[in-house]
Amino acid sequence: MSDNVWVLGASMTKIGRYPDKDIVDLAAQATFDALDDAGVTIFDIEVLAAGSLFSPGGLGQPLSKQIGQTGIPIYNVINACATGATAVRTAYLAIKAGEADFGLAVGAEQMGKMGLLAGNAARSGKHVFEPKGRYGSVMDVDGWLGSGTMPAVFGQAGMEYAYQHDGVGFEQFAKVAEKNHQHSTLNPLAQYQKAFTLEEIMEARVISYPNTLPMCCPTGDGAAAVVLVSEAKLRTLSIEQQKRAVKIGASILTSDPWSEGGNSQPDVNTLTRVAADQAYEKAGVGPEDLDLVELHDCFATAELLHYDNLRLCEPGGAGEFIDKRGPWRDGTTPVNVSGGLLSKGHPIGMTGVAGVFEITTQLRGEAGDRQIEGAKVGMAHVIGLGSSCGIHILEKASL
Amino acid sequence: MAKQIPIVDYLVLDDGDPHLVANECDNCGAIFYDYRNACGKCANRTFHKRTLGTTGVVRSFAIVHAAAPGVPVPYVSAVVDLDGGGDVKANVVNVEPDPAKVSLGMKVKMTTFVGGTDDEGTEAIVFGFEPA
Repeated sequence: MSDNVWVLGASMTKIGRYPDKDIVDLAAQATFDALDDAGVTIFDIEVLAAGSLFSPGGLGQPLSKQIGQTGIPIYNVINACATGATAVRTAYLAIKAGEADFGLAVGAEQMGKMGLLAGNAARSGKHVFEPKGRYGSVMDVDGWLGSGTMPAVFGQAGMEYAYQHDGVGFEQFAKVAEKNHQHSTLNPLAQYQKAFTLEEIMEARVISYPNTLPMCCPTGDGAAAVVLVSEAKLRTLSIEQQKRAVKIGASILTSDPWSEGGNSQPDVNTLTRVAADQAYEKAGVGPEDLDLVELHDCFATAELLHYDNLRLCEPGGAGEFIDKRGPWRDGTTPVNVSGGLLSKGHPIGMTGVAGVFEITTQLRGEAGDRQIEGAKVGMAHVIGLGSSCGIHILEKASL
Repeated sequence: MAKQIPIVDYLVLDDGDPHLVANECDNCGAIFYDYRNACGKCANRTFHKRTLGTTGVVRSFAIVHAAAPGVPVPYVSAVVDLDGGGDVKANVVNVEPDPAKVSLGMKVKMTTFVGGTDDEGTEAIVFGFEPA
């Protein structure tokens, strides 16, 4: 008997700014839509995993009070930018373990115009230098000993790749943003749907070179939800539910193993490579089998690295891959046809669930104008600093 | 001369020329700037101090134009591969913060400067790297 887990329902709100709603309202809307899409009710759900980075008390119980309090186990998940993917995996694991037949994973965030996300918080109080913490620092070191701001950290990660490989530079990074903004014009759920020329991107305001403003993801609000089901239970559901269900070929979560250089700068590559290897092996597919990929383009520089990390291109060939338009909609492996984080948006706790929504929608053939025709296998990847990497491989399959 | 204190405890100012000292794992030689309960690489629990080199090459950089209030911009954030082993994150200073003036692989050497002064007049000494 197979113990596969399937996506039965999926939803996401349009990403944007919702000053008249709170995060629970957004999460509730996504939940209702996912339940309706799955053809089940909250009374069917046996486990809830709720992901949000900026809900210190937990999103799950407040959400439960707005969607029907059934007393099921709730897991509040927080795992950097992999928070949403971790919520999906938490529900997946409960079903895998045989503890539940139906699971609900919700990811939500309300960030508003949060602006620059930095590595350090400012100190307050009496101003006398005194060594504190693990590094014995006497003041906030951000800006003095390099930058912990996200555009700089990921900018440096990209420049390290450029140092190691020929044919990679500012223009290749900018081309990533050109692609994703262009892709977003087809996605009504994206926060922004505006195309930019390569020249406009390269001449835009510099945030942290090589990342200009349109090469950085925005902050925003939104929620996404998925209903997962065991294969045994799926067999008892309607033909229509079975036809639209999408198989989870792999659900992988990694943290960063020690690596040379990780001491000074977060290593966003190794844990992604490890996760990709595990995901391909688990799903029994290779990168050449992927019809589309949603990967973590928090900054344009990051996307380029992940072409190589996920083995979408030849080793060291990420520059050539974007130069030859491999990751465009009509390329060899379409990447971020949703517009990606750069344009679709990145409400942090939502993102990992939204990636699974996008792949599910594509494999169902329900993606409208942005549909990749005949898509059968797709990958959703996220990575958060700290670090944590989540990968889901989804497959259009029949029972 | 004003009283001075290093911005971080792995910068040593009172033992010859300014230099960095790391915690090196007794077992595998991995180095860390922060205090570790165990080595991230091999889980060994004992360390010794190791003096690092003061010259190296720029492995990666970003030119930061957006920073927290109070941080002068633009500036060059970098990771430097130190000659003799180890790497460190720091600013590249005494160079124009322009992609045409900073390059990957450029040779640099350590320098120090004042990063701030507290209410008692003590200066925080920061390390950075300048073109060698």
